[in-house]
Amino acid sequence: MATTYGIIVCDGTPCINSGARTLTSALQEQLDKHGLHDKAAIHLSGCLGMCDKGPIVVVNPGYTIYGHVTEADIPEIIEEHLVHGRPVARLAIQEDHLYNRFFRVFGDAKFFGKQMRITLRNCGIIDPENIDDYLSLRGYEALAKAVTDLTPAQVVAEVETSGLRGRGGAGFPTGLKWKFAAAQKATPKHVICNADEGDPGAFMDRSAIEGDPHTVVEGMAIGGYAVGASKGIVYIRAEYPLAIKRITKAIKDARAHGLLGDNILGSDFSFDIEIRLGAGAFVCGEETALIHSIEGARGMPRPRPPYPSVKGLFGQPTLINNVETWANIPVIILDGANWFRTVGTETSKGTKVFALAGKVVNTGLIEVPMGTTLREIVYDVGGGIPDGKKFKAVQTGGPSGGCLPEEYLDTPIDYDSLARAGSIMGSGGMIVIDEDSCMVDIAKFFLEFTQNESCGKCTPCREGTKRMLEILTRITEGKGQAGDIEKLERLGDTIRKASLCGLGQSAPNPVLSTIKNFRAEYEEHIHEKRCRARACTNLVTYQITEKCVGCGACRRVCPVGAITGAAKKPHVIDQDKCVKCGMCFNTCKFDAIVKV
Amino acid sequence: MATTQANDAVAPDEQKLAQLKEFIAQTRQDEHPDSFLIAVLHRAQELYGYLPVPVMDEVAEAMGIPTAHIWGVATFYHYFNLTPPGQHVISICLGTACYVRGAGQILQTLKDELKIDVGQVTEDGLFSLQPARCLGACGLAPVVMIDDKIHGDLTPKKMVQILNQYRKQAKK
Repeated sequence: MATTYGIIVCDGTPCINSGARTLTSALQEQLDKHGLHDKAAIHLSGCLGMCDKGPIVVVNPGYTIYGHVTEADIPEIIEEHLVHGRPVARLAIQEDHLYNRFFRVFGDAKFFGKQMRITLRNCGIIDPENIDDYLSLRGYEALAKAVTDLTPAQVVAEVETSGLRGRGGAGFPTGLKWKFAAAQKATPKHVICNADEGDPGAFMDRSAIEGDPHTVVEGMAIGGYAVGASKGIVYIRAEYPLAIKRITKAIKDARAHGLLGDNILGSDFSFDIEIRLGAGAFVCGEETALIHSIEGARGMPRPRPPYPSVKGLFGQPTLINNVETWANIPVIILDGANWFRTVGTETSKGTKVFALAGKVVNTGLIEVPMGTTLREIVYDVGGGIPDGKKFKAVQTGGPSGGCLPEEYLDTPIDYDSLARAGSIMGSGGMIVIDEDSCMVDIAKFFLEFTQNESCGKCTPCREGTKRMLEILTRITEGKGQAGDIEKLERLGDTIRKASLCGLGQSAPNPVLSTIKNFRAEYEEHIHEKRCRARACTNLVTYQITEKCVGCGACRRVCPVGAITGAAKKPHVIDQDKCVKCGMCFNTCKFDAIVKV
Repeated sequence: MATTQANDAVAPDEQKLAQLKEFIAQTRQDEHPDSFLIAVLHRAQELYGYLPVPVMDEVAEAMGIPTAHIWGVATFYHYFNLTPPGQHVISICLGTACYVRGAGQILQTLKDELKIDVGQVTEDGLFSLQPARCLGACGLAPVVMIDDKIHGDLTPKKMVQILNQYRKQAKK
């Protein structure tokens, strides 16, 4: 057999969780068995984004993607594909392939067709722990170009021209931030990568670092050169052990190759990066809070100005950008700001990464050009809603964002359109919600989170979120009063205007946006004591229908003895005794118990 | 709470303490040594599994930072435990994707079964329960992580079965 095969096993966290690690040894075993060990090599890669189909194995050449691979499938893959040259159709995910500068090898045109992978260009392609892999795909070429061909001012100008805006969520023009930091006379200056990804349900930054850590390192080094900083810090969540391990190794390898440290690539630019761990505080995503955390204190924000670019870490000028923002930099320098400007919309250039999850067929990590509509993301990339359920809303921006109903599905994704629609871009969490979720309950879920994460420094956020949560809780418990909606609106408006930092200013968004778009649901809860999604336990009653065969399973699990009935005869629930725990509903095998 | 007493009563293990102090000594070389407080607390939790009071006193001494300040930091961040964890740590994912797929019910099942609230340890010390914000297994939602193992596509019934497996193992 003449062909040499490359086998890629996705080693991102979602795939590891679904069992990818056991596959590597099984593959090696089978290769040895067929005497193929010098004809095929196994590589590990970062996240390909098809997280719901994990574990993923890719066989090259040809880029055949196998999904849901188990150990038992390995002998067939090796025997059929590698020995006989016949890809295993049973396991392969689609076969249409796309090829362009940022899509060399991806398969599955439906999932990848609307995507454009700029920051994730190497994720799922290279071995993230191998610097040579990165170097072979033009890695560190942008840094070399910057330090040899461009002046710091030219680099700043390039970033400014590109129109890149902060990917952490607020969308501040990145070039402007760089310009402010570069203009400062005080030294030393610092560069920080904000990898304290805290939105519940978001994992973009983790996947980016796990899949391609060198891009972030390279971006930071370019940033250091542009603003005249000699030290960089990656502030990363302690909850991300694999990402920490990979970025630590990337920094070490870059140092060994002369790409970090003194006199980078023979120039007079010296720059090094260290890692600092976060400790689980959502508010530390706010830049002044993050700086306090790096300084070893409680992560509480302070009023701005002075902005960190003037007075930041240890009182020195500091440039802070988010992981995804940094990952854009090498591409902008290499392909040019003018090329970058061709992607996206008038006010938002480039692409955006989203962690697509919730009630959608394809959950995973996606990257789409700005201007793609929500409908394209939910129905084309995401494959629509599973189980024939009806779409209800899409939530963007996590606890700082809002819920958009069907009439906003044709909204193009960019900072300004989403803001006009009443949500925000946010850092990239995108949750699809179907008819089974109650919007009041969703608003309560997010407010519970922000209330818990409020650092307590300013009164509007500390007290206001607590009061809003109390009102929401009583509404979902069926104790809502007339005037509650207006009270929520008034409180929300005050918190928005009077809070110190972004956490508080955006905390009411999930509530205000659901009131705006789903006001009827709030009114039903308050006036009719009814939850149309049947999600609010107190507003639901369980009933046994004529489908009941009298098996008695529900009677046995009921913790309060509320269910009675003779064997093989339909049972009944005593509504006065019922505590609405739902055990009977979950136990019934005949769908004879309904929520009303 | 009884667990707070347990915290105070523990005398710091000498060998672990030496390791911690060595780590602190390294950080003292830096230009901004106090900025390593969170890193030091991470190291302490790695060594002890949580942050015992006497250890924090030692850290205060070695770093020249008031214990009150250290407490302030340790209580601010969710990652730091001030009480010893259970034999098995259950992290329930309360990320949005899990929530819309029924994590609330799973949490209720855990609370009922274990008779503890989030952040507590069961009476037999077998389990402790903590919330997590997205474990990155959204495709398997709702999920629970017990120690390092992910359990996905959960229903209340499946959750109870899993707990029972751990209980059975512990009895052996």
